Amino acid sequence: MSDNLTLPAPQGSTGKSAETLLEVEGLTKHFPIYGGFPIKRKVGAVQAVDGIDLTVGVAESVGLVGESGCGKSTTGRLITRLLEPTAGKITYAGRDITHASRRQLAPVRSEIQMIFQDPYSSLNPRQTVGSIIKSPMEVNGIEPDGGREKRVRELLELVGLNPEHYNRFPHEFSGGQRQRIGVARALALNPKLIVADEPVSALDVSIQAQVVNLLQKVQQELGIAFLFIAHDLAIVRHFSHRVAVMYLGKVVEVGDRDSIYNRPRHPYTHALLSAVPEVATEDSEDRERIRLAGDVPSPIHPPSGCRFRTRCWKAQDKCASQEPPLIQLSGNREGHLTACHFPEEPTTEARDEDVVMDPALKALEAQD
Amino acid sequence: MTTLTKTSDAPAPTGPESFLSVRDLKVQFSTEDGIVKAVDGLSFDVERGKTLGIVGESGSGKSVTNLTILGLHNPRTTTVDGEIVLDGKELVTATEKELEKLRGNNMAMIFQDPLTALSPYYTVGRQLSEPFMKHNGASKKEAKDRAVQMLEKVGIPQPEMRFDDYPHQFSGGMRQRAMIAMALMCDPDLLIADEPTTALDVTVQAQILDLLKDLQQEFGTAIIFITHDLGVISNMADDLLVMYAGRAVERGSVRDVLRSPMHPYSWGLLSSMPRLDGNIHEELTPIPGTPPSLLNPPSGCPFHPRCAFKDEVEGSRCTDERPSLAEGRAAACHLTAEQKQTIFIDQIQPRLR
Repeated sequence: MSDNLTLPAPQGSTGKSAETLLEVEGLTKHFPIYGGFPIKRKVGAVQAVDGIDLTVGVAESVGLVGESGCGKSTTGRLITRLLEPTAGKITYAGRDITHASRRQLAPVRSEIQMIFQDPYSSLNPRQTVGSIIKSPMEVNGIEPDGGREKRVRELLELVGLNPEHYNRFPHEFSGGQRQRIGVARALALNPKLIVADEPVSALDVSIQAQVVNLLQKVQQELGIAFLFIAHDLAIVRHFSHRVAVMYLGKVVEVGDRDSIYNRPRHPYTHALLSAVPEVATEDSEDRERIRLAGDVPSPIHPPSGCRFRTRCWKAQDKCASQEPPLIQLSGNREGHLTACHFPEEPTTEARDEDVVMDPALKALEAQD
Repeated sequence: MTTLTKTSDAPAPTGPESFLSVRDLKVQFSTEDGIVKAVDGLSFDVERGKTLGIVGESGSGKSVTNLTILGLHNPRTTTVDGEIVLDGKELVTATEKELEKLRGNNMAMIFQDPLTALSPYYTVGRQLSEPFMKHNGASKKEAKDRAVQMLEKVGIPQPEMRFDDYPHQFSGGMRQRAMIAMALMCDPDLLIADEPTTALDVTVQAQILDLLKDLQQEFGTAIIFITHDLGVISNMADDLLVMYAGRAVERGSVRDVLRSPMHPYSWGLLSSMPRLDGNIHEELTPIPGTPPSLLNPPSGCPFHPRCAFKDEVEGSRCTDERPSLAEGRAAACHLTAEQKQTIFIDQIQPRLR
């Protein structure tokens, strides 16, 4: 059964059958590191994003999950062209925008908008809410029917703010309200794609749901495609039709929501899901318990072959020498791709034996 | 209500098993804008070897409570009322010298952000050994041995070499491990963990939480665990205290509070949280409005401006009268026990699936 039944937009669960809005191929971003004295030379590179493929269909919402430093925010910024890609190709609505100039980008910019994580630093404190939301229209010379001010008031109402707050300043609003202002600004130009970079992680628990519901309403009613970047797996599941899991600059697994959350194949996806703390209810099943060791390795010197191998319990020699391709494994649904030589069973139920890689935990648990 | 019962109630519940007991704690800061009632009449107990979880949003007073227990508040701008008794010792009236003897020795704290809580100027080893030398009169050598042993226990590879590293040479998860090692150096009876995993990634968070649990079993430490994440608390705590606007609104065992919550705020928290196995087609149910300002908290029940069930209560009790929190399993709400049960079963529980 597909999870996408309630969607208003006509699209399949894989996104392939639907019309593609954004296509990313082999996208790479290496940040150079300079060092040496007296002449500074390039001594290395942070391989923040290293060759990822991703598609976003029209009116589809794609989640991008991963831990900090895995390159998910960089990916978002590359797609909005706030950063210049090192290599790879970004195609938006059939047009190659990888290295498009400012002028060439102008019409595309208004269709791709961004919502930022921190509602405190992403709004100019010296501008009123009205002028913040109005400025994208001014920059792009758009004059909506009835004037810009009327449109701003409509937008304020749409995101659940009082239109009379037009002349207020950002500091007069709470965090959740500010994030609504950010959403209104992103909607000002009727975008087709919104890149939302951790839009709710700076908000209080009781406010998060308000903003998630607002984004969902916007997504469904206006038919806007979303690239939803977040580290909270439960929120991503709630919001996204398809999910891509990133680890150290690579996409390790991608698929429809149901496949990723209920039939994951990559060991990292298993580890990530099992690490999510959940409120236990009477009817919740026992979930597998996987405890990795240590932290994510440095993206300056990523491990050879499969990047997850240094923390993986199934790693073998092959993993160090050969990088696993992102392919559809047998038994997986179409569009569910996994990059692993030794994939896991497609279930998240408790195992006979917990996987505990952490040496301290192992030692303490061996005592019991 | 609480103030009236305080004098008669205070000594009674401080039974032999409650090792830390806080009674009617009030903490107020004077700021330029007026007096902030950060904590307003809070009472709770912590038993030896047990974990008390405190959940609440930012500004609910959970961190202030624990800074006050340790005596880390600024005495010039803060007024503290009430009683904090740790193992028979009164802490509110204790002198700075007495508190110094307890801090790091009998009670220790793990902070949210290990990078700012550790000094960048000293090696990790020195920061670990110092309290041990001070409290136990140990020599440098003894302190080092103990520190290396603790670093190993919390899972830092090559602890002898890492002893001389500075905090910036540690990764985020390792720093938090070092903080835990530091807190456990003197084998404290009470450990306060203030959002210890909020700054960490989920896979690292899972490691640290399990580590804390295992270490607690070994050392028999009482833990106060502060967080805003109900999932974390459900894995960690034995008892739970839900705080809102500087007050405790619900208390009970973790199982009871999370499975059959009684306060509208707890209902709101639970139903606004997406779950990994929840129904995706069901919309989340957020709590309307925003948390109140503590400069000017709402009258009566502090949650009434956001509460969906205040009409069920007769008259204007919600806006006029502050509901009290009884001992044991209880919620500070004017709804009757029957109403709470029917509302929970009919309206809230279906949303939690």
